[in-house]
Amino acid sequence: MADHSHGSPENAVTVAKPGQGSVQKFQDPGLPPHRPRLADTDPRAEKRAERQVGVLFLISILGTLLFFFGYFFIPLDQTIGTLRLQNLLLGLGTAFAMLGIGVGIVHWAKTLMPDHEIAEDRHEIRPEADRADAEKIVGDILEESGIKRRPLIRNTLLGAGVLAIFPAIAIFRDLGPLPGDVLRQTMWDEGVRLTRDPSGTPIKASDVTIGSAFHVIPEGLNESEHKLEEKAKAVVLLMRLNPESLNPSPGREDWGYDGIVAYSKICTHVGCPVALYEQQTHHLLCPCHQSTFDLTQECKVIFGPAARPLPQLPISVDEEGYLVATSDFQEPVGPSYWERG
Amino acid sequence: MSSSAAGHQYQPKTSVGKITNFVDTRVGGSAIVKEFGRKIFPDHWTFMFGEVALYSFVILLLSGTFLTFFFDPSMAETHYDGSYVPLRGIEMSMAYASSLDISFDIRGGLFMRQVHHWSALLFVAAVSVHMLRVFFTGAFRRPRELNWVIGGVLLILAMAAGFTGYSLPDDLLSGNGLRIIDGVVKSIPVVGTYISFFLFGGEFPGTVIIPRLYVLHILLIPAMILLLIAIHLFLVVVHKHTQFPGPGRTNDNVVGYPVGPVYAAKAGGFFFIVFGIIAAISAAFTINPIWNYGPYDPSPVSAGTQPDWYIGWVDGALRLMPGVLGNFPFEWNIPLPWGTNTLSLNVLFPALVPAGIVFTLLFAWPWIEAWVTKDRREKHLLDRPRNAPTRTGIGVAGVVFYCVMWAAASSDLIATHFMVSLNDVTYWLRALVILGPVIGFVVARRIALALQRKDREIVLHGRETGRIVRLPHGEFIEVHEPVDEYKRYKLVSFDSPEALTAQPDVNGHVSKGEKRRALASRFFFEDRVAPVTPAELEQAHSHGHHGEVASEHDKASISSH
Repeated sequence: MADHSHGSPENAVTVAKPGQGSVQKFQDPGLPPHRPRLADTDPRAEKRAERQVGVLFLISILGTLLFFFGYFFIPLDQTIGTLRLQNLLLGLGTAFAMLGIGVGIVHWAKTLMPDHEIAEDRHEIRPEADRADAEKIVGDILEESGIKRRPLIRNTLLGAGVLAIFPAIAIFRDLGPLPGDVLRQTMWDEGVRLTRDPSGTPIKASDVTIGSAFHVIPEGLNESEHKLEEKAKAVVLLMRLNPESLNPSPGREDWGYDGIVAYSKICTHVGCPVALYEQQTHHLLCPCHQSTFDLTQECKVIFGPAARPLPQLPISVDEEGYLVATSDFQEPVGPSYWERG
Repeated sequence: MSSSAAGHQYQPKTSVGKITNFVDTRVGGSAIVKEFGRKIFPDHWTFMFGEVALYSFVILLLSGTFLTFFFDPSMAETHYDGSYVPLRGIEMSMAYASSLDISFDIRGGLFMRQVHHWSALLFVAAVSVHMLRVFFTGAFRRPRELNWVIGGVLLILAMAAGFTGYSLPDDLLSGNGLRIIDGVVKSIPVVGTYISFFLFGGEFPGTVIIPRLYVLHILLIPAMILLLIAIHLFLVVVHKHTQFPGPGRTNDNVVGYPVGPVYAAKAGGFFFIVFGIIAAISAAFTINPIWNYGPYDPSPVSAGTQPDWYIGWVDGALRLMPGVLGNFPFEWNIPLPWGTNTLSLNVLFPALVPAGIVFTLLFAWPWIEAWVTKDRREKHLLDRPRNAPTRTGIGVAGVVFYCVMWAAASSDLIATHFMVSLNDVTYWLRALVILGPVIGFVVARRIALALQRKDREIVLHGRETGRIVRLPHGEFIEVHEPVDEYKRYKLVSFDSPEALTAQPDVNGHVSKGEKRRALASRFFFEDRVAPVTPAELEQAHSHGHHGEVASEHDKASISSH
C-alpha cells in the first residue's frame, strides 16, 4: 500500500493527496456529548466545591487584613529593611485579596455553574439589504446637501479646510530654538583649566601618573547657568600613557602634554558617556553599545557601532602647572547630525 | 405612543426592581441585556492573552492614577531631604526627588510603583503574545484584518507608553536612555537636529523633556490606547470570536459558554487573578530601584545597563550594527552644493530598518496571505499552527529575528556571565540575526509538517497505548487504540490549500503579477500534508496489518486465546 504519510524532506514536492474518487471530507459528528462533572452528580462533591469557593473568598478577606496590618503597623524608620517589609506585606496582602476573589470566582464557574457548551449562529456582517439601504441614504444625504451640484462650495471648503490645518502645525514652532551653531561649541577655550568631575578642583600635570584616568569637566562648569547642557558636551577623559605609545598624527603632536591626552567622553555613536578605560590595552569602551576606541591610535574605532574617533581636546599646562585647554574641540562632540559636515 | 405607554404599565414591586426599571426605561438596558446577556464566547487557553493585556492596562490606569497624585514632573533643581539617607543633600530634579518620595515617604508608594512597572512589562508582553497567537492561528484573516492592524498600532502605542514612562523618574538609567534617543533622533537626515531641539526645547537634556513626556505618558498615549481598545473590542463583538475547528464547530457558528454567568465569571475572576499575580511579583521582586542609580548626570553611566525588555530589540540592533566594516565607514559626509552634510547610517539603519521590516510585514500580512491564496472568504475557524506550515515558519523566523536583536541588548551581560569575549558574542549575534531567521523558518516548517504527519498516523492507525501484547505465534505487537470520532474530526477538519498555478485573466493573458503570485503560492503550499479522507481511513483499516492497527476485532481475538 502506498503510504502517503511518509514524504521525505529531501523530496521537494512532498504531497500527500487524498485517494481518487473517494469521499473527500469526514462528516462533522456534532458537539461531543456532555460529560458530567463530579459536582453535577455527587451532592457531596457539590458541597465540597461550595466550601472551597467560600474558603477562597475568606482567604481574600485575610489578604485585605494583611494589607492593613502592613499599612498601619509597620512604621517606616528610614531604613530600607522596614520599607521592604512593608512592601512585602502590602504586596502579599493585595495578592491574596485579589487571588482569593479571582480563583474563587473561576472555581465557582468551573465546578458549579453549568458547563454545557452552546452553539450560536454567526450572522452576516453586512447583509446586502443593509448595504443597499445605506447606499441610498448616503446618496440622499449628498443630494440634499448639494455638495456635488455646487462645486464652488465644495472647492472653497476643501481649500479652507486644508489651509486651516497649517496653523495647528505652525503653532508648535516654539517648542524649541533652532539648532544654530551651539552643537559646535563647548565651554572649553584657551586657558580653561581641566578640573575633576564632579568636585571642580583643578588638576596638576604632576597629579596624573602613567596609567591613571581622570573624569574631567571644564573649570566653572558647576557655576554655569546651563550646567547639564554644558556638561553633556564638555565632559572629557584624561589619561596618561607612556609618550611612546601615542602616535599623534601630523598637526596634533602638541595636543597632549608629556603623554597626557584628553578626549571627549561623549560617544560618537549616540552620545552615552564612554566611561570604561581599560588601562592595560589602552582601550576606551562605551558601556551602552560597546563601541571601543583605541587611545594609541587617537581613539580610532576598533569595535562596535560608532563610526568616528572620539574628538581630542588640545591641552597644555599653565604657569602654575595646572592642565588647561589650548582651544575648544576642533570638531563637534557627540553623536553625528545632518549639519555636522 | 403605544410602546411607551406599554413601558409605563410595568410596575416593579421590589425596591431593586424599581431602581432597575428606572435605569432601564432611561438607557434601554433590556435591549443590551438581551443582546449580550447570553452572548456566546468560545473558550481556549490561548484566548486569554488578550484578556491579560486588557487587565494589565486597567491595572496600569489604576496604579498610574495613584502615582500622578504624588509625582512632580518638573526638572527644576532641588536638594533632596527625604528619608533615603545616602542621597540627602544631593542636587537633583523635582521629578527624581518626588519619585524617591513616592518610594520612601508615601506608604504603599513603592508598592504602587512596582505594580505600575511590572504591569507595564506584562502589558507589552501580553499584547505581543496575543498578537503571536492571532498570527499563528490565522485569526487575522477576513473579516478581522482591520482589527489586526489596530492591534499592531496598539503594540506600538504600548511601547511608546512604556518608554515615555520609563524616562519620567529622571534617574541616571532613564536619562541615559533619553540620551540614546537624542542620538538616534539626531541621525535622521535633514530634520533630525531640528526634531531634537524641538523635543528637548533646545540642547539635550534641557528642562522641558520630562514634563513633555509626562503629558504624552498620562494623557495622549493612554487616551489613544483606550480609544483603540474600545474599537478593538467593538469589532470583536461585530465579528464574534474565532474558534478552533472541532466537532460541532463550523465556520458559521460559535460554540462556547454564555456571557452570563459562566464567561463573565471566568473573565471577571481572571482580572483578579492577573491583579493578584502582579501584586505578588511586586511584593517579592524589586523593579527599577531608582535610588541605586542616582539623579541624571551626563557624565557617569553604570555598566550593564539594560532598557526595559520591549525596547531591547531596538537597542540590540544599535549594538549589532558595525560602525566601520573593514575600512568601510557607515557614516558618510556627503558634499552637496550648499555644503557637506552627514548621513549616519550606522545609527539610522539599525534604528529604522529592523523595526521597519517587522512592522511593515506585520501590518501587510493579512493582505499578503490573501494575495497568495486568492482566498478572500471569511475565516472564523482558526488554523492549528501545524496546519499552516509556511505561515508558522515565517512567524518563527520573525520571532528569531526579534529575539536575536533582543539578546544583543544584553550582549555585555552575556559576555560577563558566561565568561566569553564581548566581541565574539557580538560577532555571533551578527551572524545569527541574518542566519537565525532562515534556520528558524526551515526548522519550524519541517516540525509543522512532521506534526501533521503524526496527526495522520494517529487518525489512520490510532493512538499508541504503550501496551505490548504477545501474539500466539510469538510476535510482539503494541496495541494501537483507534481515536473516537470526535477526536478524529478534530485532526482531519482543516483546510489544506494546494499551490495555485498562475491563472490567466479574462483575455487569456497570464500577467507578471499573477506569475509572481503563483511562485509565492508554490513556496507556501508546495510541501503539504493533506488531511486524512474517509476513504484513506477505510483503506488503512482493511489493509493495516496488526503491527500497526489493533482494531476491536483484533483485541477480541487476542484476549480470546
